[in-house]
Amino acid sequence: MKMTMKKLLTAVVALLAAHSAMAGVKIEHWVSPTGARVYFVESRVLPMLDVQVDFAAGSMFDPAGKSGTAALTRSTLDLGAGTRDETAIAEQLADIGATLGGGADTDRASIAVRTLAAPEKRNAAIDILRNVLQAPRFDPAIVEREKARTVAGLKEALTRPDAIAGKAFWSALYPAHPYGRQATPESVAALARDELAAHYARYYTAANASITLVGDISRAEAEKIAESLVAGLPAGAAATLPAPPVIAPGNTVKLAHPASQAHVLIGLPAIERGNPDFFPLLVGNYTLGGGGFVSRLMKEVRDKRGYAYSVYSYFSPLRQTGPFQIGLQTKRSQAQDAIKVTRDVLAGFLKEGPSTEELAAAKANLTGSFPLRLDSNKKILDNVAVIGFYGLPLDWLDRYQEKVQAVTVDAVKQAFSRRVRPADLITVTVAAD
Amino acid sequence: MRIRHLIAILVAPWLLTAALANPFEMTLKNGLRVIVKEDRRAPTAAQMVWYRIGSMDEVDGASGVAHVLEHMMFKGTPSVGPGEFNKLVAAAGGRDNAFTSRDYTAYFQQVPNEKLAEMMRLEADRMRHLNVDAKEFAQEIKVVMEERRMRTDDNPQSRLFEQMNAVAFQAHPYRRPIIGWMSDLENMSAADAKAWYDTWYVPNNAYVVIVGDVDHREVFALAEKYYGALEGRALPARKPQVEPAQDGTRRVNVKAPAELPVLIMGYKAPILRDVDKDSDPYALQMLAAILDGHDAARFNKKLVREDKVALSVGIDYDATARGPGMIYLHGSPSEGKTVADLETALRAEVARIQKEGVSEPELKRARAQLVAAEVYKLDSMFGQAMEIGQAESAGIPHQKIDRMLEKLQQVTAAEVQAVAKKYFTDDTLTIGVLEPQPLDGKARRPSVAIRH
Repeated sequence: MKMTMKKLLTAVVALLAAHSAMAGVKIEHWVSPTGARVYFVESRVLPMLDVQVDFAAGSMFDPAGKSGTAALTRSTLDLGAGTRDETAIAEQLADIGATLGGGADTDRASIAVRTLAAPEKRNAAIDILRNVLQAPRFDPAIVEREKARTVAGLKEALTRPDAIAGKAFWSALYPAHPYGRQATPESVAALARDELAAHYARYYTAANASITLVGDISRAEAEKIAESLVAGLPAGAAATLPAPPVIAPGNTVKLAHPASQAHVLIGLPAIERGNPDFFPLLVGNYTLGGGGFVSRLMKEVRDKRGYAYSVYSYFSPLRQTGPFQIGLQTKRSQAQDAIKVTRDVLAGFLKEGPSTEELAAAKANLTGSFPLRLDSNKKILDNVAVIGFYGLPLDWLDRYQEKVQAVTVDAVKQAFSRRVRPADLITVTVAAD
Repeated sequence: MRIRHLIAILVAPWLLTAALANPFEMTLKNGLRVIVKEDRRAPTAAQMVWYRIGSMDEVDGASGVAHVLEHMMFKGTPSVGPGEFNKLVAAAGGRDNAFTSRDYTAYFQQVPNEKLAEMMRLEADRMRHLNVDAKEFAQEIKVVMEERRMRTDDNPQSRLFEQMNAVAFQAHPYRRPIIGWMSDLENMSAADAKAWYDTWYVPNNAYVVIVGDVDHREVFALAEKYYGALEGRALPARKPQVEPAQDGTRRVNVKAPAELPVLIMGYKAPILRDVDKDSDPYALQMLAAILDGHDAARFNKKLVREDKVALSVGIDYDATARGPGMIYLHGSPSEGKTVADLETALRAEVARIQKEGVSEPELKRARAQLVAAEVYKLDSMFGQAMEIGQAESAGIPHQKIDRMLEKLQQVTAAEVQAVAKKYFTDDTLTIGVLEPQPLDGKARRPSVAIRH
């Protein structure tokens, strides 16, 4: 069944991924004997268990010239481990109704299992997860096959205006930082099996791991599971970060494409995880372009002028300075008009900040929607995994509403003036006339 | 990089194993049905209002009007100004949106449970009192055209799918795209949208599904209070528009800027009409699970991993719908392989089931996945509301959802083999091929040349 959603909110939701704890969601935290940080939320409502293991092993750790290493390491991790080949892994998971997921982004490589909580199911699922974490084979034939599929996927992406814009945006924002280096068909084709194994050996270690468990088990069971997952990994050392990104001078990148719509991205490197500017930026951005249908960008670009179906802004805090991004798509002939309206909205917001009514509306939504952020095991898992991986305070969720409430118009204006300087903005257009 | 699911489908509505009385249901005097599922795990609630009206109810020249009206539903009533609906939901700490399918149009809000009453008041208001303002329409139709450009015109796979359906169906309105043809959007007026609303947006053409931390008796009382006063009205007759039998393979090729060729093979397939008496749709669902239910299922194992004929491959089948059914096999060939190679490989997998059937371990594995999915589904209140709403939209009473799952569990190897023989026939096949074109007009590497 094909459906048309009124609106795409996925990008906007990215920023919101790290919020909140409902009253009663208690995070238990400890460090395993082998040095992994463990976060556990007991939830007895449904007979199921989610376990996610995160390593600081994302693409920011790709060696220079070897872009794609982290992603390919993660995607081949569960394609053969110990005595299990890739078929055995998939069949045994299916036999117990368990699923294995995860992936790699700029910062993190994640592997997650969802299983029924009954001990025979759970133990079998954890055994597969342990095997995959501790003894991946990186079988050369499978690595070659997955390389070919990845290369084909990258080539396809390079024909798509949205993907082209995204890649150009990150390259322009981070010309001298790993965040700006992207996998290319050539870089992936040149990767060797041993380079994946080396990436695994360096970064998939206990000291570099955080483990999140949510579900129908006791603390004692959680401790046993967590320790069993990392006991066979080398202790290792926490990943060493590259020098932080330096903000590049403002610039416009214009790329040709035959599409009917122009894709426009505007932004700059803005904020890292754990920075106290997060809350004033979060609250302020709700009014600017984060509040879905009620944001200023939506009103001016979509509602008043019909320029775009989707227009949004968000901050994406990462381990190191992550981007602020405005995005929209519009008929190619009106791209320059849409960009002008967008820049005017941004300039007005930077100058005046939100009105007191807008600030109150932002706070009402961000605090009022708090229970919706944690009303499933999956959402609890996502939130707690972010807290664990980025080392945010354990009471971060408990204090979320209070921190939102404390934001003032002045705090928003000051945080934006520190983080979003108009002269530094990078604009990327694909297919704009 | 995973590129498996070409055609977005929604998970077949199987699950639901709550206590017998839950969900609860009542019908108001005006014909509006209210279905409430109590789920006390978190202090939130989801309200969905489903209208039995989708793109299949449109007529030629007015394609897309169901979806355009969905957009207009946010543009105000005498008591709630344009854009105010979203503002009030946001102020309540809620999230809201809407979607249009071939079969239905649905609106939803997710809110802290104490805000549910206000959401019911708002939905009741726009059920009968919408303003379709010409000025608002003039802006919003441009937004919808941008949406069409984004979703379809600039998306080669969507264009292929649109063209395929236009060829596979001739009499049945499933041949038209949900979003509408661009020319129809360009020529649509506010009056068209208003006529659509006046005809179809009545309580006796809708049902409300609410899942969350609520007491069903209180919700029923609120429904009476807010929706009870709305007047029902007789609906126009809906003509069946039965699709004639297909008597030969149809082919459609689409050229678009892309790198990878895409092949879709769509066979006419049955739809579940009688939960207890029908059997073929269940067997086809099980066949789909055996071919594509996990990473080592037949398609991925053989075509992607072992033979490397495909970069990705999948199967999509919806057993429930108001209109006729299709089962789609789809994929992209690997470098050095052609869509013809992929077509041969897909046909060979189907032929293998036709000749040799499926194994007991395969069936057992698919059943185990179904049982687990039944538990996992309960992790999402919204997912549970979707499941009820979708079953009902296809004419399946929500009380039958458990029974559907039982029937699925009972599918035998012989039944899977029988449906493989019965439905995968060339006479009811439509083949769609995306022929990638270079962005810059230069010739591309010969290895991906298409043979059709």
